[in-house]
Amino acid sequence: MNIRIDGVEYPATKDRNLLETCLGLGLNLPYFCWHPAMGSVGACRQCAVLQYPDEEAEQAGRGKLVMACMTPVSDGARFSLETAQARRFRQGIIESLMINHPHDCPVCAEGGECHLQDMTVMVGHRDRRYRGRKRTFRNQYLGPLVHHEMNRCITCYRCTRFYRDYAGGTDLAAQGCHDHIFFGRHEDGVLESEFAGNLVEVCPTGVFTDKHLVHDYTRKWDLQSAPSVCAGCAVGCNTLPGERYGRLKRVHNRFNAEINGYFLCDRGRFGATWVNDERRLDYPGLRGEDGRYNAIDHHGALQRIVSSVERGAVAAVGSPRASVEANFLLRLLAGPARFCPGFSAVEQPLVGEALALLRASRATVPDIATMETADAILVLGEDVSNTAPRIALALRQGVRNRAYAMAAGLKLQDWQDAAIRNLAQDQRCPLFIAATAATRLDPVAARSLRLATPEIARLGLRVADALAGDNSNDYSHDNSHDNPDDHSVHREAAAIADGLRDAKRLLVVSGTGSGDIAVMQAAARVAEAFRDTGREAMLSLVVPEANSLGQALLCEGNGSPDLDALAASAEAGEIDTLLVLENDLYRRAATDQVDRLLANCQRVIALDQLDNPTTSASHLAVPAASVIESEGTLVSLEGRAQRCFPVFPPHAERHPAWVWLLATLKELGREAVSDWHHFDDVTRGCAAAIPALAGIAAAAPDHRFRNHGVRVPRQPPRYSGRTAMRANVSVHEPKQPEDEESPLAFSMEGLNRDQPAALLSYVWAPGWNSNQGLHRFQADVGGPLKGGPAGIRLLRANGGATPLPRHATAAFAVEADEVLLVPRYRIFGSEALSAISPGIRELVRPACIELCAADAERLGLADGDGVQVGDNAAALPLRIDDAMAPGCAGYTAGYRETAGLAPNTRQRLRRVAHFSPPGPTVIGSDRGGRHG
Amino acid sequence: MNALDRALTHPLTRNVTPERRPFDLAAYEAGGGYGGLHTAIGKLTPAECLQIVKDSNLRGRGGAGFPTGLKWSFVPMEDGGPGHKYLICNADEMEPGTFKDRLLLECDPHQLIEGMILAAYTIGADVAYVFIRAEYLLAERLLREAIRDCYGKGYLGRNILGSGYNLDMHVHSSAGRYICGEETALISSLEGKRANPRAKPPFPQVSGLWGRPTIVNNVETLCNVPHIIERGAQWFNDLGLTEDAGTKMYGVSGRVKNPGCWELPIGTPIREILEGCAGGMEDGYAFRGLLPGGGSTDFLVAEHLDLAMDYGTIGKAGSRMGTGTMIVLDDRTCPVAFVQNLVAFFARESCGFCTPCREGLPWSAQLLAELEAGRGQAGDLDTLAMHVDFIGTPGNTHCALAPGAMEPLASGLKYFREDFQRHIDGRACPYCEREAAA
Repeated sequence: MNIRIDGVEYPATKDRNLLETCLGLGLNLPYFCWHPAMGSVGACRQCAVLQYPDEEAEQAGRGKLVMACMTPVSDGARFSLETAQARRFRQGIIESLMINHPHDCPVCAEGGECHLQDMTVMVGHRDRRYRGRKRTFRNQYLGPLVHHEMNRCITCYRCTRFYRDYAGGTDLAAQGCHDHIFFGRHEDGVLESEFAGNLVEVCPTGVFTDKHLVHDYTRKWDLQSAPSVCAGCAVGCNTLPGERYGRLKRVHNRFNAEINGYFLCDRGRFGATWVNDERRLDYPGLRGEDGRYNAIDHHGALQRIVSSVERGAVAAVGSPRASVEANFLLRLLAGPARFCPGFSAVEQPLVGEALALLRASRATVPDIATMETADAILVLGEDVSNTAPRIALALRQGVRNRAYAMAAGLKLQDWQDAAIRNLAQDQRCPLFIAATAATRLDPVAARSLRLATPEIARLGLRVADALAGDNSNDYSHDNSHDNPDDHSVHREAAAIADGLRDAKRLLVVSGTGSGDIAVMQAAARVAEAFRDTGREAMLSLVVPEANSLGQALLCEGNGSPDLDALAASAEAGEIDTLLVLENDLYRRAATDQVDRLLANCQRVIALDQLDNPTTSASHLAVPAASVIESEGTLVSLEGRAQRCFPVFPPHAERHPAWVWLLATLKELGREAVSDWHHFDDVTRGCAAAIPALAGIAAAAPDHRFRNHGVRVPRQPPRYSGRTAMRANVSVHEPKQPEDEESPLAFSMEGLNRDQPAALLSYVWAPGWNSNQGLHRFQADVGGPLKGGPAGIRLLRANGGATPLPRHATAAFAVEADEVLLVPRYRIFGSEALSAISPGIRELVRPACIELCAADAERLGLADGDGVQVGDNAAALPLRIDDAMAPGCAGYTAGYRETAGLAPNTRQRLRRVAHFSPPGPTVIGSDRGGRHG
Repeated sequence: MNALDRALTHPLTRNVTPERRPFDLAAYEAGGGYGGLHTAIGKLTPAECLQIVKDSNLRGRGGAGFPTGLKWSFVPMEDGGPGHKYLICNADEMEPGTFKDRLLLECDPHQLIEGMILAAYTIGADVAYVFIRAEYLLAERLLREAIRDCYGKGYLGRNILGSGYNLDMHVHSSAGRYICGEETALISSLEGKRANPRAKPPFPQVSGLWGRPTIVNNVETLCNVPHIIERGAQWFNDLGLTEDAGTKMYGVSGRVKNPGCWELPIGTPIREILEGCAGGMEDGYAFRGLLPGGGSTDFLVAEHLDLAMDYGTIGKAGSRMGTGTMIVLDDRTCPVAFVQNLVAFFARESCGFCTPCREGLPWSAQLLAELEAGRGQAGDLDTLAMHVDFIGTPGNTHCALAPGAMEPLASGLKYFREDFQRHIDGRACPYCEREAAA
């Protein structure tokens, strides 16, 4: 199919609107309200072009203005972008938008990467004719993450469309009317959506900006950035962190069509600035007799590590948040039998089982984009909004496939966003959720069940049986006929199976978050049973951390000791030196248990970024570079190996862990590493040694790769002040640091174009200074990058060779004075490092125990009481929350205070006399002054 | 004139008495009311009803003049499984200078209800809404009473007249926005959303209220339906004086001797309405022009007074018949202030969705205010003309509000350009000066 634009024939496809088509052809057509992930509504009228009905009209120049974003293309259609009529109209739109815009670019955080600036320059508007007053607004306090400056607003409606329509938020809306439309909350307050940070990138100008960046500001052109991967959870969203003066300034989304697309969650966007924390270790510290640490140099530290390793029995604790390479080297150092992957004792079998199920299942293991194609979804026991938030956003899109199906019936195209939403209203694909508490996805769910963990597993098995048409199994084998709840599980399972009757692509989501292997197994069974009916099934299992799955692959099948086993070895005096890699063990096990473990080892060497209780208990604390400052491979929950690159060289002696460990191994004279000099050698060594990780070397081009003969720059061409940055220290400009480990350069020299997607270090194209220029890097507007996919899928299913386990679960019942302890994760708090990032820190609430009112009454407890769980030392405040399933006590997971609690155990809660609750977290420290 | 004759020539206002006493159900039925209902429900198929309405050449009386039967024919009639279809009566009469629907609502609510039942029956709707202007408190009360009486009588509810046809009817009082008169904005508002118009296609006939097929008709349009069904398409066609069919509610406001609203055969010449019904200009005032169909239509001037008030004729003269209710401009009222007042109204009533309307109307209003205040500058008329083109060209904006809003300005600049120029040259409004001098 061809269309004519300004007399030139171009190829076009019919499912694309004219704006997408033009952008895809590299034509400069300005726009505001259209967004590649959100489609068209026709609000801003910026993308007007002239459409000619026929050739004769084209020659006479007689056409009609149409909005490109609202115009389907058809074969032979004729348009003009360049005709004066269209250009004048587009100028008129910008001129109208500029009536009220404050022109405060010099003090605006968006300046230099502002889509409004780009479009203004693009249309050539310059002179102001409007003589009236500008309208003004009062700005709001929207929480510690997002800054609000309403006067800059051009009323494109993208923010509400993203926040409400795309992400399901309710507390941000268009208010007022005519030329006085206000986008904000009903009153000042923290934005509720866990995706609010995307407003920063969705807003085409500076209304919503990154509050951290606003307070620690650098222009985009002065930021150094490199492709990175979010370490906030196991989803593996691609990020572009930006640095200046050795400080991380902000994190932007790095488009990956298969994973995060255009959007990140707030943990990912705002949760990496902990790398600027004052508690970062700068130099190796050797603990003296007095318990204080003395800084020693790199060489001294290395010698101490080597001599410690040489002197006796070594054991090591790796980390599910550290790179595959660092863990691999540590395992090489300690030996597989003495390498603990660093999970908690509870988590280790859970992650192992997740991997085993992903391998055993014949269902597809989907990436995020594939999840969005599901036409039915079942979530078993995993609160994805808090454990893998980007998946929650994908599920919100998945349920909209009903709307697209309805739209197809009216011949509407997928980009006709408003029309499709008006047509489908609240009709959605079925989403069924079974969880121990309410979840944020409940409002879009067809059915949301609050069940105790074993009941969730039973529900899953029942659904699987119902799909298989098999009603003979009785998983409760004891009191099902007496237990009214059991009938309800039967009934609900039948209803869910019935609800899946018309589905063609089922997505089952579960994971380690329920703390119960049986729940994941039930999820796998549902997917399998659905697949057996000849339809497509997808199985996604959420694991806890950025490299949990990589760690499981590294240790697969060789019986690595868990933390309990390690503690037993230490107790038996079998460990002289314990090496701990990027892991605060006090978040993995009860305090007294970790105290004993560390005390039972003669020497503890902790390699970590931050001063934490584990480093504080070590004999030698070694500073490590963070994920932002080092290269590494992380394996996401779908088994995708992805490479991160250092955004900037680490300070002082903060070397990447792999550097410390490789140097140690070399000092020890280990044969295996004698030829290894580069990061790539470690990666390849790991790929060769561990068959399951064989693919990791292909996750990104190696350090010898050159893009058209040159490196890929980390700094944009307009990076300024290179000679002035250090002028207060020395007038001599230091040489730019060399990057010997990657094809990227710590400079502006090189070519940021045509590179493989894994090497996209910033988004910038001529005339397109904002992130909207991304389409110039995409093979297809809104689609995959020209550089191909980033990362590589490692998981190879074994095609159902191992049968899925099938365990019976006993019916759930608690004694009168007991509760079932269930984990509750929080997007802000359950992940240790993001929780101390400025901004997020203000949103972290103290750990607590949650009970429904009926259970609290049964146990004689009241809101605000302090309770002790079993023999866990810490007393926790009790919160009454009727979102909890009956019989279940939720504990805030991932916190030090709850590290000793075992999920899905029956416990007694003891009320603590004279309990003083932890002080309230300060929220809104920068509230107060009227901004603007 | 006896009652039957009046019903034949003034079908819409046959029950409107000089004291404007509202007709209750008994009185309405006594005068032959619900005759259309008895004629059609259970006796004619929806397809037969549709054909009659099509043949009648009834055109929408809300302003756009779209053929009603054609509009109804877009509603999918094949059994689409479960789900509803909706009929909405647009009673959000907010067009400046327009008060015709109010008369019909306050004097004869049952006529509207009967028309709605017939329309809903024809398109297969099972729920109907009256979306009524918030200020029409009396009309709202009367409608609610009338609907209640109809449920009691079996004209609404389950199994109407034993036909098996069901219809529920609700009254929704608007929150007072001009844009709600735009049918898709009305639908958004009825759904509880911001009253923003929707892009078409899809048209409400296939995806309207709650995403279901929906017909939105004006009060006057629907009031014609019972008569058409009862007396037939030919009778209705014969009522019109020109190519359009039926009667029309015409109104006149401004400095005329007898402002008001009259039902006349469609196609009655403007002069007859202005001079015959409205009694001509008040003493001491001379005619300068008029907006033929409400505040969002182009000026007509003296040379147009003998034109027939119908859709085609007024359209050819460069304006629109709109709602058929004229606003008269006299020689002692400043045309700039007149237009400024209207543009400021439309700027205020913009929903704020699309840029040209949201930003361009306040800009135009601001410029006109500057002119009126004697602060106009050379080039301002060019800027205004730019806006007429920029905002006023249909398709440039998301809906028809802005093009309508620009019509008085566009035609004002054409017919009264000297007045505009004098505001700039004299640095003052000549009409204000004259008033001050007097």
